[in-house]
Amino acid sequence: MKITRRHLLLLLPAAAVAWESVLAGTPEQSPNYTMTEHWWGMLIDISKCIGCGNCVRACQEENDVPDGFFRTWVERYHVDDWHITEPQVISPDGGKNGFPVAKEDEGKYFFVPKLCNHCADSPCTQVCPVGATFISPDGVVLIDQTYCMGCAYCVQACPYGCRYIHPTKRVADKCTLCYHRITKGLTTACCEACPTGARQLADLKNPADPIHEFLKTHSIHVLKPEMATNPKVFYNDLDGSVR
Amino acid sequence: MPGVEGYMYPNEVSLYWSVLIVLYPYITGLVAGAFILASLERIFHVEAVKPTYRLALLTALAFLLVAPLPLQLHLGHPERSYEMYLTPHRTSAMAMFGFVYLWYLMAVLVVEIWLDFRADIVALSQTTTGWRRLMYRILTLGSTDVSERALHIDERVGWFVTLIGIPSAFLLHGYVGFIFGSIKANPWWSSPLMPVVFIFSAMVSGIAAVMLVYMAMMRLRREPIDMRCVDKIAQYMMYIFVIDFSLEMLDLVHRIYEADESFRSLNFMVHTKLWFSQVILQICIGTIVPISLIALVQIVKFSEKWRKAIYVVSGSLTLIGVLAMRWNVVIGGQLFSKSFLGYTTYKIALVTREGLLVSIGLMILPLVILAVLVKILPPWPEKSAVSLPAPSVGD
Repeated sequence: MKITRRHLLLLLPAAAVAWESVLAGTPEQSPNYTMTEHWWGMLIDISKCIGCGNCVRACQEENDVPDGFFRTWVERYHVDDWHITEPQVISPDGGKNGFPVAKEDEGKYFFVPKLCNHCADSPCTQVCPVGATFISPDGVVLIDQTYCMGCAYCVQACPYGCRYIHPTKRVADKCTLCYHRITKGLTTACCEACPTGARQLADLKNPADPIHEFLKTHSIHVLKPEMATNPKVFYNDLDGSVR
Repeated sequence: MPGVEGYMYPNEVSLYWSVLIVLYPYITGLVAGAFILASLERIFHVEAVKPTYRLALLTALAFLLVAPLPLQLHLGHPERSYEMYLTPHRTSAMAMFGFVYLWYLMAVLVVEIWLDFRADIVALSQTTTGWRRLMYRILTLGSTDVSERALHIDERVGWFVTLIGIPSAFLLHGYVGFIFGSIKANPWWSSPLMPVVFIFSAMVSGIAAVMLVYMAMMRLRREPIDMRCVDKIAQYMMYIFVIDFSLEMLDLVHRIYEADESFRSLNFMVHTKLWFSQVILQICIGTIVPISLIALVQIVKFSEKWRKAIYVVSGSLTLIGVLAMRWNVVIGGQLFSKSFLGYTTYKIALVTREGLLVSIGLMILPLVILAVLVKILPPWPEKSAVSLPAPSVGD
């Protein structure tokens, strides 16, 4: 096809729109990212979670999580009046495909999204024999998978069940808080996919982050505070029965 | 989900520490126990156990050489394990393994064995021929002085090494207990008693192993068993076993009485998934029966034949009981969810890298190594008294 001046004038704006679209999907470069200026965590609002499993699917797709293992998962709690501290919990396939319809009976149902708590005093980091697991200066617990020897001591040490041994890489694996995204100014895949805003990435070192106002005005809990791990995943409206 | 009752966190469904991690504390326990039996004679002058002294050292070495194998086979990337030496993470209990192991192997056990057998090695290097002569000459490390003074120095240094060896043996196995005992996330493991229980059960298993190896070897060599020796060994085994059992029961009673948040979950586990391995195998068959049998020997006068039979039975049951204890710690600690809401199942594979056949092989391997060691360094008195040639000039 012979491209005339008229054709070119028509094609150029179309190409520009296409290029814009390509750029939109590319994480923005952030050469000025300074680790020490951030302290990452996550806010999870239980009252907003609808158990759709979008976060689990987004995480699996973004991070190539193997089947049967989870960097994040969603649990559904059922607590009735007679078993306040003995909830019935399910998480079919990590809640990836949602949940079966709840029976209209006594008690309450609610969803609890789980992920690595990126503990400031993380037991997994403490026990790693070679230091392959470490806490980055911006507060994210990461694994150097080229260094990990796959002993699984960290898996045993995590009180929250957030770690696993990758079946093909044979090294420890877990949530990285989408480190490849957050260091480029993006939010995590799970937060981005959450339709209700139940999950919010939070930067505690950023004074303008809404987390500060939220923490100030809500009743916030962390999981298993008795473990003294100093978790940085903060839950709003967390029921006392949650483990 | 198959094999799961109640709720497990989804990443907890499969176990990450397999039967190989059961064998690892079991084998290091045998090492520590065998060494402590050897030190009874050397440091505490329990003359009765002398016939097993050298055999105990060689048994300890045979098992120690195999101890890292189950760990290596379990690792996802065994080729990276050397990183533990190059860049050890100081806060990790496991990182210390390499150092404690090397210290124990090279600074304690090998040195002690060499010092103890040096005179024999020198003699053998002079009485053998061909490649064996060459091997013994290398083993002398050029130290061929067997004068009275030199042997006296060997004896003194050996004594000192054994003295260091006792806390080292405690360290080797206590540290294994600490690996489990320091995991606060796991209430089945997290206990300051864990290293102590591991040390005492290690002594019991090591003593039982050496006693059985000694009796088996005497039978193979068609030589009489020194009954004074095995009577004494069995007695020591019983005393230590009573301490070990008391500590384990203390832990159990404490858990039952305190009944913290994990109790309901652990209690259910002990009554179901661990009922056979813990209550039947470990506590009843593997502890109460052997203790009672040996206690009976102290009270009732049995004939030599009966005593031998009782020692073989109680020694074997002890080994089974201690293996069951390791199983219950390692596997039991992974069968329940850290949410305390559910249980999973462990199915041992047969021919995989972490399967049953490999485990059996790993338990046979130390015995093969021991057979070779005994061949190279005969621990028997008459062999050690190989007629030495007159001291060479200058001695």
